[in-house]
Order: sequence, then structure tokens, then C-alpha cells
Amino acid sequence: MDTFSFLIDGFALAIQPANLIYAAIGVLIGTAVGVLPGIGPALTVALLLPVTFKLDPGGSIIMFAGIYYGGMYGGSTTAILLNAPGESASVVTALEGNKMARAGRGGPALATAAIGSFVAALVATAGLAVLAPYLVKIAVKFGPWDYFGLMLIAFVTVSATFGSSPLRGLTSLAFGLWLGLMGIDQLTGQARLTFGVPGLLDGVEVTTLAVGLFAIGEAFFVASRHLYKPEKPIPVKGSIWMTREDWKRSWKPWLRGTVIGFPIGALPAGGAEIPTFLSYTIERKLSSKPEEFGRGAIEGVAGPEAANNASAAGTLVPLLTLGLPTSATAAVMLAGFQQYNIQPGPLLFTQHADLVWGLVASLFIANVMLLVLNLPLVGIWVKLLKIPLPWLYAGILVFASMGTLAANPSVTELLLLTGFGVVGFVMRRYDYPIAPAVVGLILGPLADSALRRSLQMSLGDPMILVQHPSSAIMIGIAVVALVAPFVFRGLAKFRQDED
Amino acid sequence: MTQKTLRIPNRPTAMIAVVLFAIAFITYWDASHMKVRATYGMSASAASYFVAILFVVLAIGHLISAFKPSDIEVESADWMAVGWIGFALAGLIGSIWLGGGFIPGSTLLFALTARAFGRKALLVDLCLGAVIGVFVFLLFNKLLTLALPQGPLERLF
Repeated sequence: MDTFSFLIDGFALAIQPANLIYAAIGVLIGTAVGVLPGIGPALTVALLLPVTFKLDPGGSIIMFAGIYYGGMYGGSTTAILLNAPGESASVVTALEGNKMARAGRGGPALATAAIGSFVAALVATAGLAVLAPYLVKIAVKFGPWDYFGLMLIAFVTVSATFGSSPLRGLTSLAFGLWLGLMGIDQLTGQARLTFGVPGLLDGVEVTTLAVGLFAIGEAFFVASRHLYKPEKPIPVKGSIWMTREDWKRSWKPWLRGTVIGFPIGALPAGGAEIPTFLSYTIERKLSSKPEEFGRGAIEGVAGPEAANNASAAGTLVPLLTLGLPTSATAAVMLAGFQQYNIQPGPLLFTQHADLVWGLVASLFIANVMLLVLNLPLVGIWVKLLKIPLPWLYAGILVFASMGTLAANPSVTELLLLTGFGVVGFVMRRYDYPIAPAVVGLILGPLADSALRRSLQMSLGDPMILVQHPSSAIMIGIAVVALVAPFVFRGLAKFRQDED
Repeated sequence: MTQKTLRIPNRPTAMIAVVLFAIAFITYWDASHMKVRATYGMSASAASYFVAILFVVLAIGHLISAFKPSDIEVESADWMAVGWIGFALAGLIGSIWLGGGFIPGSTLLFALTARAFGRKALLVDLCLGAVIGVFVFLLFNKLLTLALPQGPLERLF
């Protein structure tokens, strides 16, 4: 029952008028930025982090939760009305949602996405509140060797197992790890890979990398492909409300999507692509009207959207309890926590219990606000989609550089941002995934120090990693996950040929 | 077709392999210059050596796949547009480097990026960029008390 009383305390913190206003502002600007085409939740959070800098930690985290959920919701609006998913998790939403919008049922599509997200996030946040304390109990017993094993799993699953090509995923990860080496080593005080540049001594900021790779890289990429031919958002015609039949066809997919999304999101493998695709496939199989799939079936929006949001709440489980980000968005959120001098992990629940439960409570509140504010305001979000692309990307670049400058006003930082933009462009052009680089930058130094602390405790004997069964098992899983895609590559080709 | 050099079907991949080798070499070189050793366990250079090895392995992987036909289609790029964005970012960096401040820099950034995306009305975009720059500057420096770089123009506020 501890959880419950903590949660009540959390609500008491989150429901203070000032914090409610922070949540509302967060939801609104999160949606406003997330709705812009090409901007997913990770970038939304990275772009808006500086805005929360000067608030007190409680207020900024609450605003942050609002930005996060707002960004997620904004992404699905773009997917439905513009057929331009801002991230891979919204790709499935665009499949059916855009067809619905074309058939004049954009309103119900947006509504089922919003309510589905709401239901899923509500259930999944409750799951987070219930599950987290148990995980924390296990996690406090973790030694550095266990953390090292866990991070290996995260590395491999994020980069090699689920990407289009393990080689490209691992290369992206290696780039992140390499950037993570830069700066002063925490244990010996030596400078690594700083090349005598004083601006590099503090290491590379995660937000600079994320904004450079995502925002600047995207701008280069879109400009290079002439993708700026006018694409008009589909106007929302008719009632935005769902009919009785829409409700009947939506509620089961919402719940099924939640059940699929939350556990997969909570695994170190993470990611929202798999649960959304899984949910879409299941809904198509179970639907009473399978012939509507591909032409605008409401189940195909309801299920994947719920799965997407549930898995997003799921990624908060390893993030908050273990300090382990398993998606680009989670990595950026971790960077945000670190900027408020909060280190997620088992200690967070004992040292900053008020903050954690305040955050969980504000996730609930942000959810309610999203539903209350966003559905009636959908007209405004649609107007945002009508900004001409040249101005849109020009504005994004101004905003991106401004955020970087506000965090660290130096020319070095801007040069890094530009450099990462060019790298992001090359990665997009040649189909390298971007999330592994961000995860590598964040987890690389943590894995390094976990390994070195293990070896200090064993007086330099590397066998310590396999002597503990827990870390041995985790390292084993990581090795299998690394080797499997290469072994089964022949099989995968065979399967593709059949199609 | 008689070519002296070996014909590589997938040139970009080969280029990336070269870059990866270069990064591996730089990392190795940097690590070999780190003097402080740990009394026991791993020293700070061990992670660098590990990453250097990882880069070598990946570079070899890229080299191998460079001799296979590419599995992805790379669309032709409009390098003019890419150049304009580079120019736009250079405008911002230059403005801040030379002490011109944030507002002129972001004005250039905005107008030149809009140019990259095909807009021709440079004067209108310059004005709009300036308005956005002033607005953002006031929002950040006055309301959020974050320090954006200041030049002569910003000190007027």
C-alpha cells in the first residue's frame, strides 16, 4: 500500500495550481511542436528541454511529462491528416488513419487515437506505478556487473536485433559510443578524444546530438530530396465525435493494444515499432470487417495508437527504475533528468520519492489535459500543418540552434550541432538508424564505469562478469541477440523471397 | 570498359569504411597517448581501445558489403539546397563568432533556410526571420532568463 500513499502525495504535488499550469503549457507546446511534420516525440522533447531549464525541478518535470505526451499525440495527428508520420511508431497509424481522413472521417480517427492513447497511457501509467517499486527492490541488489550486462542487452537490441541491417545499426551505436568517450574521464581525470578543444572537456551534450541528428539532419535530407512540394493536410470534415459503432469497434483494440504495448515497451529491447505492427496485424485478423483494412478501418488506428502510448509508458519502467533508456525519446528524457541533477535508477525512488511520484501523477494529469484540451483544439493543430514548408523548416532550425545556444552559448557547440546535422543527413541518406547513436552516447559512459567498477571490485579479474549468474545470463542474452540476426540472415532472405 | 582500379559496386559504403578506419586510427592514437594507468582493473584508455577495435570490425564489414550490390536505393540529391542550408548555418555561426549576436544570426539562418526550400522572396523572409529572432530573444533572455549570445543589437533591449 506504500505505492498508493506515495501516489496520493504525488497527486497532491501535481494538483497545485502552478503545477497544473505547467502541465497545461507543456501539453500545449508539446502538441504544437509534435504536430509539425517530421518531428517525433524525441525531437519534441529535445527541442523543448531548454524551455524548462529555469523552473524548479518539480515544475520542470511536470511540464516535461506534458511535453512528452503532447508530442506523442501531435505525432499521430500529423500521421492521420498529412500521411507524414514523424516517427516509425506512427507509420501504422498513418496506414489506416490517413485513409479514414481521406474518406471524410478524420474527426473520428483523431478521436479514437486520442481516447485510445488516453486509455492506454492511463492503464500503462498505473502499471508503471505498480511495477516500479518491485523492480526497484530487485534493482537495488544489482552490482555493477549486472548493470554492465543489462547495458549490453540494451546496446545489442537497440542497434542490431531489430534494425533493417545489423551492420548499419551497430555502426550508428559505435558512433554514439565514440562520442561518449569524449571529455574528461570520471575515474582518472584524463581527457579522452578532446583534441585540445576546451569546449569538448565536458563531453558531448545528448541534446546537441539528438537535435543535430534529428532536426538539422532531417532539414538537410528533406531539402536534398525536394520533398517540399506542397502536400495539403486533409481538412477535418463533419463531426469530430465518434458514433456508437465507432466506440463499439474501438474499445477492444484500445485494451488489446495496451496489453501488447506496455510489456514490450518495458523490456530492454524497447521500441514502439514492434507493438504497433503487432497490434495492427492482430486487429486485422480479429476484425469483423477485415475488408475495410487498407481503406480506413477504425480498429487499425485505435489498436496501434494505444500500443504506441502504452509502450511509451512502458519505456519509463526501465528508465526510472534502472536508469536505462531503451528508445531515443527515453534517452533524451534521461538527458533532461540529468540536467536537473536527477539520476534515474533505484536510488531515485528513495532519494527523490516525491519527484518520482509527482512525475507519475503528472503523467496521469497530462493525459487528462491532453484529452480535454486537444480534441476541441484540433482546428488549431490543423492550421499549424498549413505553414509553408520553407518557413516551417527555417523555424525549426532557428528553434534548434536557439535551444542549443541557450543550454551552452558557445561557437564550439554550434559547430558540433552542424557537424551532427551533416552526419544525420548522411545516416538518413544511407539508411542508418539514428536512435542507437543517441542511446550509445548516453549508455556508453555508464557501461564503461560499470565495467571498471566491477573490475576494481574483483581486483582486475574479468571473470567476475560470469561468476555472478545474473550478469552471466544477461551477457549470454546479449551475445545471442548480437549473433542471431547474422545467423538467421539467410532465413530472412528466404522469407522475403516468398512474399 | 578497362579500368585500372578495382571496380567497387557500392562506392558510398566503401567511403564509409574508409571513414570508419580513420576514426579507429584517431581513437587508437588518442588512447595510446593517455598516460595515467589504473592501479588494477581497466584504465581509462581501455574503452577507447575497445571502441577502436569495434570501428575496425565495422569498417571491415562495410568493405565486404561494398563489393556487393547496394540493398538500398539512394535517391539523387539536390546539392544546391543542401548547400543553402550549410550556408544558413554558417551565417548563424559567423554572426556569433564575430560578436554579431543571436538576432542577426537567426535572421540569416531563417531566410537562407527558407531559400534552400525553394522560396525566392528573400527580403520578406529576412524581415520575418528578424521578427522571430527578436521574439525568441526576448522570450529567452527576459522571460526565461537564459543567456543567448548578445551583439550590439541585443544590448539595446
